[in-house]
Amino acid sequence: MTVCDRNIANVAATGTLLSVSGLRVSFPGTDTPAVRDVSLRVGRGEVVALVGESGSGKSVTVKALMRLIEFGGGRVTAGRAWLSDGQGGRIDLFAQSEAAMQQIRGNRIAMIFQEPMTSLNPVLTVGFQLREAVQRHQNVARSEADRICLEALKQVRLSEPERRLRQYPHELSGGMRQRLMIAMALACKPDLLIADEPTTALDVTVQAEILALLKMIQRETGMAILFITHDMGVVAEIADRVQVMLRGEVIEDGLVHAVFAAPRHAYTRALLDAAPKLGNAPPATPRPVTDATPALSVQNLIVRYPLSGGVFGRVRANVHAVEDVSFDVAHGETLALVGESGCGKSSLAKAILRLYEPAEGRILLNGEDILGFDHARMMLARRGIQMIFQDPYASLNPRKCVADIIAEPLEIHRTGGRTEIAARVATLIERVGLPASAAHCFPHEFSGGQRQRVCIARALALNPSVIIADEPVSALDVSIQAQILDLIEEVQEEFNVAILFISHDMAVVEKVADRIAVMYQGELIEIGPRDAMLRMPAHPYTKRLLDAVPIAHPDQRRDRQLTAREISSPIRAVGAESAAFTMTEIAPGHFLRCSRDM
Amino acid sequence: MATATLARGSGRSRYAFLLAPKALFGLLMIGALIVAGAFAPLIAPFDPARQDLMAAMTPPQLTGPHFLGTDHVGRDLLSRIIFGARVSLLIAIAVVVFSGIAGIVLGIVSGYFGSRIDSLIQKFLEVFWAFPPLLLAIAIVAFLGQGLAIVIIALASQRWIPYCRLARAEAMSLRDREFVVAARSLGAGHTRILREHILPNILPSMLVVGTFAMATAIISEAALSFLGLGVPPTIPTWGGMLADARAYISTSWWMALFPGLCIFLTVLGINLLGDVLRTRFDPKIKNF
Repeated sequence: MTVCDRNIANVAATGTLLSVSGLRVSFPGTDTPAVRDVSLRVGRGEVVALVGESGSGKSVTVKALMRLIEFGGGRVTAGRAWLSDGQGGRIDLFAQSEAAMQQIRGNRIAMIFQEPMTSLNPVLTVGFQLREAVQRHQNVARSEADRICLEALKQVRLSEPERRLRQYPHELSGGMRQRLMIAMALACKPDLLIADEPTTALDVTVQAEILALLKMIQRETGMAILFITHDMGVVAEIADRVQVMLRGEVIEDGLVHAVFAAPRHAYTRALLDAAPKLGNAPPATPRPVTDATPALSVQNLIVRYPLSGGVFGRVRANVHAVEDVSFDVAHGETLALVGESGCGKSSLAKAILRLYEPAEGRILLNGEDILGFDHARMMLARRGIQMIFQDPYASLNPRKCVADIIAEPLEIHRTGGRTEIAARVATLIERVGLPASAAHCFPHEFSGGQRQRVCIARALALNPSVIIADEPVSALDVSIQAQILDLIEEVQEEFNVAILFISHDMAVVEKVADRIAVMYQGELIEIGPRDAMLRMPAHPYTKRLLDAVPIAHPDQRRDRQLTAREISSPIRAVGAESAAFTMTEIAPGHFLRCSRDM
Repeated sequence: MATATLARGSGRSRYAFLLAPKALFGLLMIGALIVAGAFAPLIAPFDPARQDLMAAMTPPQLTGPHFLGTDHVGRDLLSRIIFGARVSLLIAIAVVVFSGIAGIVLGIVSGYFGSRIDSLIQKFLEVFWAFPPLLLAIAIVAFLGQGLAIVIIALASQRWIPYCRLARAEAMSLRDREFVVAARSLGAGHTRILREHILPNILPSMLVVGTFAMATAIISEAALSFLGLGVPPTIPTWGGMLADARAYISTSWWMALFPGLCIFLTVLGINLLGDVLRTRFDPKIKNF
């Protein structure tokens, strides 16, 4: 294998920090090793991206390097991993004792993870956890450890570092927590930082900040980064070198510019093609408006969650989740609703489905206000409005077979006899591209993409006029994403259904949307035709959102400004009303809300 | 298009865990108990109530008619143990079923609806929880009198609590799972959600609770009989036999040993099976 040979030849080269050759990891009870013949080289101060889809073995590889794989039941059955000791010598990571590894972890190699909340202990303060990490590895007094912690927090540009030390993890936002994890990893000045999908769980604007931060720290300290990701856009942003993994093997290895310019392996080409690219879609063809009544019309919707407290459980304050939101979706049209996590997108979806009663406003389904409906009329109305959920693993009952899952809406609404329902289920299974044999399989027997097909079939069962799709592809691998989006577009045409497509991914939105609406802190701040929104965004937040999207090409890297921005709380006192800002039409069909942020 | 092959889990591997030695031993003990209970009149060499004072306190004999010996009034021990299995099994199954139904229904209602129904049911549960189990059973028997049905009520009055606790906790976490929200968005009513979505997902862990409840019920029944508060003394039970043996323990060890051994092996077998089921179904143990 040429990739392998070249790496072994490079091991002796100067400046190599970590080199792995012929790594093989097996799990007992499985025949095929999870990772085969993996070779890896990280030079000093180099950023290496390890790319692959879920199950390709990238996490197993780094866990093997940290010797954490043994805790998961896995075993390194072949291979060597040399870590340079900084004085010309090198040590074999796989030959170290557990005690020696504890010294290496954290001190020489530090790691940050995908989900910063689960990596932090919720009952201890940030400062305590940070100081513990420092004192475990460095023999320093408490005051000195505190100084190191404070410095690390300043290094990751956390605002008000002194106050942060006294706070608990839940008081911080996702981005702040990930900065904290980076600070913790940096506190001992490691030579190598392993970052396992550190931005996957974050919003796109926060992702951009974290990537910029990592790059800046890497430049300042000369630390090497091994960056694990599935996102080619992120690779293009940060990496010097790329290694692509497929089914436990490294299939491509090269400098980032070379790999993006001329990928050698067909799979790499497929990954690059599937990578979200903004601005590649053909200009939208305006859909002919066939009827005057929109399929779904939301008018001045307000959703608030009461926060009660005190001895008597009185309502102390309200979380203003959705503030005075209005929009229409026509039959056969897709309106994309874009915004960061916590901006009220999902609350809006829940309110439209009447899973949570909105405080004020009107929701018109085919011209009728469903908020005033009694139980019986609401049951009828529910036929017309269906939902596709984000996580196809969580939204299917694990104990029901596919035929029962798809039949459920038909049974609830008693649309026909047993044979009619069975026939309808069979048609739907075929329509969403599943084999007929799938009917009697259970959800765990399917891949994520296939499960999402089941969810789409369930949503279509009652011939709805509106489908709310809440991040339907964000839990899927990029190559599967495209297939599911195509399917959604196909069935939309066939069933003439209006889709409210909730997403945070601008590239996905560009592919499916006819119009785009942007939500920020509960308010709809801008809404307009797709092309106008993407080419001429008017609101500063829309611009920032578009700017943050990684461009899947290393030649187009942008230097980002790091700003520690404050997020205002959506919690307001009882009776507080939001200042009414009206929507202004700045171009045909393109509306903008003028607000204090501008 | 998704034409990828579906990984069908084969039926054999799904139940293969029941062939582990621990599980096999448990299944064997329960099987033996069921066979002994169901076919007691056919298997037992003697009438369990027939007294033969001439043969009183015969020690176990390998070749004679009384394989495990006789008690102080000459009743055949083996026959009494076989008939005693009937009572143990009947009481254990009845307690598991009744307390299971009550505990699961109260638990899922409590966990799914939450708020005031939940606090009402939990207060009710805590009242029962506050009594030591055996004391409550003794009180019920003392109050209602002896009898098979009353023993079952007395034991079930405590055994429903673990079901209720666990069913409540699981229903609470299932309530907000996306597939339940999906069903609600389709218009499914509470009954449908509880029946189709909550109940099937908690049954595996209820099976685990059930096995342990069964073992406890057998011990508690023996304890009640030993105290003379179980079923009427004319019906042979393992606990009752132990109580009879107490006076003769220094001279006739077999009278205490064999019923005691039966209780021990049955409870051990059921507990081992419960252990296997728990490792198989506990979501915290991911190695399956």
